[in-house]
Amino acid sequence: MNHKTFFWFFFPTALAMLLFIALPLTSIISQSLHTPHDKVLIVGETCDPFGCKTATSVDHEATAMLKKEKPLGKWVGLQIYFDRGHLALKEVGELWEEKSSIGDFFSNLKNLPFYRAMGFTLTFTFVVTPLVIVFGFIIALGVNSINQRLKGVMVFFSLLPMIVTPLVGSLILFWMIDSRGIIGTALQVIFENPELSLKASTGLTWITLIVYGVWHAAPFAFIVFYAGLQTVPEETLESAMIDGASRFQQVMHVIVPHLSPLVAFVALMQLMDNFRVFEPIIGFSAEAHATSLSWIIYNDLGGETRLLSSAATTSVLTIIGVLILLMPVLVRTWREFNPSE
Amino acid sequence: MFLRKIATVVALTTLASSAWAGCGISEGRVSVVGNEFPAIQTIGAGAMECAGDGVTVETNLTADHQKINVAGMSGNPAEYTSAIVANSSIVALINNDVIRPLNDLVEKHGQGLQKSQLVTIDGNIMGIAFMANAQHLTYRSDVLKDQRLSPPTTYEEMLTAAAKIRKSGLMQNPVGGAYKAGWNLAEEFVNMYIGHGGEFFKPGTAEIAVNNQQGVDALNMMKSLSEYMNPDFLTHDSNATSAEWKAGNVALMNMWGSRIGALRGDEVDAAVVAATATAGPMTVGGGSTAASTLWWDGWTVAKNISDVDAEATFIAMMHAIRPAMLNETTSPQAVWLIEGYEPTPAAAGVFAAAAMGTKPYPMLPYAGLMHSAAGAELVDFMQGKETASQALADLEAAYTTAATEKGYL
Repeated sequence: MNHKTFFWFFFPTALAMLLFIALPLTSIISQSLHTPHDKVLIVGETCDPFGCKTATSVDHEATAMLKKEKPLGKWVGLQIYFDRGHLALKEVGELWEEKSSIGDFFSNLKNLPFYRAMGFTLTFTFVVTPLVIVFGFIIALGVNSINQRLKGVMVFFSLLPMIVTPLVGSLILFWMIDSRGIIGTALQVIFENPELSLKASTGLTWITLIVYGVWHAAPFAFIVFYAGLQTVPEETLESAMIDGASRFQQVMHVIVPHLSPLVAFVALMQLMDNFRVFEPIIGFSAEAHATSLSWIIYNDLGGETRLLSSAATTSVLTIIGVLILLMPVLVRTWREFNPSE
Repeated sequence: MFLRKIATVVALTTLASSAWAGCGISEGRVSVVGNEFPAIQTIGAGAMECAGDGVTVETNLTADHQKINVAGMSGNPAEYTSAIVANSSIVALINNDVIRPLNDLVEKHGQGLQKSQLVTIDGNIMGIAFMANAQHLTYRSDVLKDQRLSPPTTYEEMLTAAAKIRKSGLMQNPVGGAYKAGWNLAEEFVNMYIGHGGEFFKPGTAEIAVNNQQGVDALNMMKSLSEYMNPDFLTHDSNATSAEWKAGNVALMNMWGSRIGALRGDEVDAAVVAATATAGPMTVGGGSTAASTLWWDGWTVAKNISDVDAEATFIAMMHAIRPAMLNETTSPQAVWLIEGYEPTPAAAGVFAAAAMGTKPYPMLPYAGLMHSAAGAELVDFMQGKETASQALADLEAAYTTAATEKGYL
């Protein structure tokens, strides 16, 4: 391919990447380094149906003047990154000084929104990802070994949890696990505890979210592994059989090594997806017990007064988090494609 | 599919032109965004009546209106020419400078408006209020009668009543409350804090001051109440709380006046409907101020639109709130601030709230930031994970961070 052909071949991709990745990234990074100008406040008379009183309001003309001079806002550098809503360096430092033990330090850390969100997000990511891989693999093995005629139906049914929109799926489950819902009532009968509520305790809410996460994502791992299983070389399996390998040994020594690149792929996708966990928190109204970085962004943008700089900062931190999380997998992929090093 | 769409559009347009009721608009574009509950839908339908030759009227009524109204009015020309807001949400529109003063339009077309309907900031009329709302006591008269209790007038009496009802075995969790983490929980804190006589900010500044005895007392009362609520209370918003009421699981709750009508819906057991009664908001901690807030709903006109569109919008919205719109269907929907409105039984609680001198929700530029911070930071206390003063310190810290970012501190 000569340079000109390559250029025209690559141009649409480069343009799309510039428009949809590079520009938004530049925009959120710049937003996270600026805040709105200081508001010029004035005190005046405010009247509504319930009477008049003196109240504070914003002087728009003065504020608009400031905005006209510097449309981007006030440059604050990394201030937002380090404030209480994000990395909270000062607060963490104080907690470290005042700690009575390491455990005490970590439990106090949960009081800061960013670390609280990270606590749940990381737990969710590192519990759900391996479980999804294991369950996906088991379902794939199961479906692969059943009768040819039933396979189509089974594949369809196994994919259903992934087809259901996350928000809808979690809402349906939310109603089912309600203390008056079918699952909630069943659990109360089984554990003989009429006060049992999955929504009232932090631990049980986390378990609910994790179970939902596995339920929702296992089909993705399943379909990838199922496709991989179709490419397992018959000869290797047969020779293993002739050598007297049991079914379990065949799986462990032939199928698993054959599928290992796919495991890396699924792990990569799942780490990324689970780190951005969001819909189940909304669907299960779980914000009292579990928050995530994505939820913080949503909350900042959803209030009556939107915190754009804060949301942008959390977005940048999410990207950094995903990069750190994916580092081992990325390094491994790099090595595989550059064996000479 | 495409053809059908076109057919629908044509049919709607024809319908709209034939429904032209002569609002007196010759040209212009009217586009309304607002919340969706029966009273607002009535207003939206009223504005739609003005569609006709050269006049287009659209409405977008959705529970997510607060998420889209600022964005939808920031462009030039603005997508929405009018936003229906309340005393808390008008603040976001004013802060972002997307709505226009209405003084000239009120003078030209505002005959029939009562002075109390004008929402005025520093002499500029920024909105026209058309209904009032408040949270107040709702109780089951049959349950209270059975237990020989009179309707509570204070939260302390509510606790005593709840204990008695639980002990009798009639109901396990007799108290209802919209305590969902986030906006609802913060709203209950605002009510309870005002009831204890607290002030949210240091006078004349945006500095928060809630970590005090009133704050601690307010939180402790909320905690005590929550012990008589469904254990899932941190996931219950007004809808879920209403559902608990309709199912007959709850005998006492602090509920919005605008939702009382729906509690008497057709799908609800007749015995529950018959026993659903309201009274004014309760006081707390020996105070005389009601532990509730007064709210108004009203409409605004966008800044970034042509004067013609602004005038058309103003006239269409005036048409929607004309006294003649009051009838048997619309009157019970709200406590209308419109001339000629006769209160219906559903309005008793809100009227009692107004008569008690209940304070309006603070219409301050930074009140929303305090509300958001409270919604997120008070949940640990409600779950018994931290002390009241720790939760209030967190609330102050979260607010201060947000207010610094927004340039108020």
